[in-house]
Amino acid sequence: MKRLAPYLVLLAACLWIAASWHAPKLKPDSFDVRSFSRLPVLAGGRIKPLDTVARNSLLIMRGKQTLRLSNGESLEASRWLADVLFQASIADGYPVFAIANQDVLGMFGLPQANKRYCSYTELQPYLTKIDEEGQRAADTEAPKRTPFHTAIYNLRNSLVLYQQLKGSIHPENTKDFSKEIQSYAEAVAAAGTALKQGAATLTDDQRAPLAIAAARYESLAQFAHMLVVAPPAGGGVAAWLSTGTALLRVESPASIPVSVSAYARMGDALRAGNPASFAREADAYADWIGKQHPELAGRAGFEQRFNLSQPFYHSMVLYVGAFLLACASWLVCPKGLRKTAFLLLVLALAVHSFGMFSRMYLQGRPPVTNLYSSAIFVGWGAVLLGLVLERLFRDGIGAACAGMVGFITLVIAHHLGSNGDTLEMMTAVLDSNLWLATHVVVITAGYSAMFLAGMLAVIYVCLGVFTRLLTRESAQTLTRMVYGIICFATLFSFVGTVLGGIWADQSWGRFWGWDPKENGALLIVLWCAIILHSRWRGLVRQRGLMAMAICGNAITSFSWFGVNMLGVGLHTYGFMDKAFPWLVAFVLAQGALILLSRLPVRYWRSFRLEAGHCDFVATGDKPRCSL
Amino acid sequence: MTTPKQLLGSIASLRLTVICLAAAFVLVFAGTLAQVRLGLFFVQEQYFQSAFIWWSPTSGSFKIPVFPGGHLIGAVLLVNLIASLIHRFTVSWRKLGIQLIHIGIIVLLAGGFATDLFSVSSYMRIKEGASKNYSEDSSRMELAVTEITDKESDQITAVPGDLLAEGGTLTPKSLPFQIVVRGFYRNSTLSMIGQDAGSAVPAATQGAGTRISVQSKPRATKMDERDVMSAVLEIIPEGKGDSLGTWLVSDVMAEAQELHLNGRHWNLELRPARYYKPYRLMLEDFSHETYPGTQIPKDFSSKVILDDDVNNDHRQVVIYMNHPFRYLGDTYYQSGFEPDNSGTVLQVVRNPSYQAPYVACVIVSLGMMFQFTFTLVGFARRAKPATAP
Repeated sequence: MKRLAPYLVLLAACLWIAASWHAPKLKPDSFDVRSFSRLPVLAGGRIKPLDTVARNSLLIMRGKQTLRLSNGESLEASRWLADVLFQASIADGYPVFAIANQDVLGMFGLPQANKRYCSYTELQPYLTKIDEEGQRAADTEAPKRTPFHTAIYNLRNSLVLYQQLKGSIHPENTKDFSKEIQSYAEAVAAAGTALKQGAATLTDDQRAPLAIAAARYESLAQFAHMLVVAPPAGGGVAAWLSTGTALLRVESPASIPVSVSAYARMGDALRAGNPASFAREADAYADWIGKQHPELAGRAGFEQRFNLSQPFYHSMVLYVGAFLLACASWLVCPKGLRKTAFLLLVLALAVHSFGMFSRMYLQGRPPVTNLYSSAIFVGWGAVLLGLVLERLFRDGIGAACAGMVGFITLVIAHHLGSNGDTLEMMTAVLDSNLWLATHVVVITAGYSAMFLAGMLAVIYVCLGVFTRLLTRESAQTLTRMVYGIICFATLFSFVGTVLGGIWADQSWGRFWGWDPKENGALLIVLWCAIILHSRWRGLVRQRGLMAMAICGNAITSFSWFGVNMLGVGLHTYGFMDKAFPWLVAFVLAQGALILLSRLPVRYWRSFRLEAGHCDFVATGDKPRCSL
Repeated sequence: MTTPKQLLGSIASLRLTVICLAAAFVLVFAGTLAQVRLGLFFVQEQYFQSAFIWWSPTSGSFKIPVFPGGHLIGAVLLVNLIASLIHRFTVSWRKLGIQLIHIGIIVLLAGGFATDLFSVSSYMRIKEGASKNYSEDSSRMELAVTEITDKESDQITAVPGDLLAEGGTLTPKSLPFQIVVRGFYRNSTLSMIGQDAGSAVPAATQGAGTRISVQSKPRATKMDERDVMSAVLEIIPEGKGDSLGTWLVSDVMAEAQELHLNGRHWNLELRPARYYKPYRLMLEDFSHETYPGTQIPKDFSSKVILDDDVNNDHRQVVIYMNHPFRYLGDTYYQSGFEPDNSGTVLQVVRNPSYQAPYVACVIVSLGMMFQFTFTLVGFARRAKPATAP
């Protein structure tokens, strides 16, 4: 039984993950949006399922991927999107706009709470005011904005997004869209025939309905957030249209695109409160698009599944579990707990890898394309290295570090992902799979190694100072681990930096331009070189090496995020004011740990008893402890 | 008495290496933070491409070095590296990796120095349908005095902007007049003087400068800004010294200022220094693609016709992101475009040592792989910690 226990835990974890693959149970009489949510549309330059559009929009407006109504019920993202697209009057009442800034709440005369979710209806009276202030904020550079202006700027962007979503299929006040487009198409056809038959101009009766419709569809064409009208089979991405544009090109009822009439029927069913008909129409359209564009529809369907399964959330939880088990293994039941931790880590890494490779498949890109994916990759690389260490040394240390770094990086990724689509398109200069796959991946692997080494050092210091668990042997093992991992980090950081220089030489005409991001990478390389040379020269010993490795954490975080916050240079992919306090806190924590590592040996609980037995190495007159 | 060997040993010491690396670390960190305040280009000039970082009090005229600059640290590190390579040289497989790494870094550092000293970067702006046979270097301005008396051939006399900055009187041999610098502005703004001029003072007594006033401005520090150099010049004919008046010349003035003397005509222009090429590039088409339904740029590309009569080379070239065009020592990069997509901006780089990083990268990578395979094998076998090289 005791030997089976780790495997039972693994089985339970597998079941827990498998359960998430099941779509949530439907309440009776509610609308089934499963087919609807995987319909492909073109938004932000790429084909994605409506589910992704819905989740990202809610993330931007509300900070979460689901909607909680005032009566406590929660609404799936796609179900919310269906209301926004087809019955805006109801969607306007949903509390989707998160406002956390006191001054903004005050502007609306709302009670000053910590955070409040407002509905579009509540905000409607203040739209002009929000727009004015938002414009003023937009004219100020991001780093110079006040918190109030940042908040109002974000709110304005959310409102614009919401209004664009509302105008993505049909105008807001539409009653029966199927009927409307049918009579519109007939009117166009009639006018066409009249002209063909030799009429010089149209009569007012013929012209009036066309003019009204044209104005309606013109504004649809301009403001649509996404292009929902799929071209016939074989049409490329550039041939996708908004409903507005598609309708303006209609010549007769027969030429109404399938997508337009399908969405019209879905909307009519939703407004009529007919779940069966809604599901049937969505299914039928999903079938049609699956036949016309099997590749796109398949990919969109996969993305919807991917959204549902939330692999990074699951691996995050598993990493914490593995970390706690590995720590516990130093106190009780070392073998069993270590084994369990190891198995959980392997499972977590598998789920993590599934998520990462799915993203690569969806985007058709190497793993790292933006800050969000770099966090995913840093965690992945560190966990992989940690698992190798655990396999080599079997002492729970590799597992604990892997769990901790995996967890922290995924939390970071989670917060970086709250800005919208994390599978965004690459701007021209970054559009090179070769360099993304080499330079970016290698340099990010360097970050992984630095953080893993730093984490090992943190464990050394914490165990050494606060517990008696660090024996002389385990201290030496840790030292070798840190040294080895730093060698790895040196290799990756140096090669990655030079490759970056070569990419810069290919695209900007200079190998090195002292850009902050380049300097950040150079700092890591220099720091690694300093650590290695100091160690070789004997300038630092065990504790010094650990302190330097912890300092490496701070330097790597500066290089990863800090330089992007400076707001200068070619690598500023957006100012991240929210992350700044966290970065400072992290760096201060590393500083505290370094100070801790400088405590004289007699205060280290692990070494106190042993202090008498230190190896004294003769360096000059002053005897030194090899620790 | 130190023997040469001992001297070499102390130059090659690891302690010196660590000191250099630490100094470089501090310099890069401080320089990066200073970029927020001073901008990329100043920091590059003052921190990284100098022997010392100088500090001077805001009011005083003296300056004192406060920290070694990039060139000094780099030079010491380079000497230290070469010395240690000679000092510790042994033929052994164990050392091969480390030696390769250090040789690669020497190549990289030396290449970096060569680039700093010899590389020249300029821009070529071409409108669609037009052609050019020169590139312009906006970091080096020049006063071009072009004699246009003879319509067939232009006689150009170029005076570097730095000479204007020194002020005083310029007497180029090829010109029958003296140029006296009456005003010089590293960075400036020009404004037209309207009807209700108020207190605005015309910058010059001749040419367009009579309707324009000029104000000095602090030097540009942001990435997307650059200095607008302007100067006010007095022209005095040789011999009998009756001044012809003063002219305003500026980087932002589109038209050249005309000057007439004894039936001869000259154009005065303050413009980026020009590098003439023995061939022409004609822009046939510039395209700027975005992802469908968005404003995210997908690609910029310039279709260019190369016309080289000297080498009898005539062909079409496409220059786009990450795909530069290398020709006769110059490399052309897609850098930007005119605001209305009517033309392209190509960056032209002449860097004789551009291959150094490529060579270095290969050498160091080989060395590192070799070395770390050694270390890793020992590491995995739970051998003792690697010993010092």
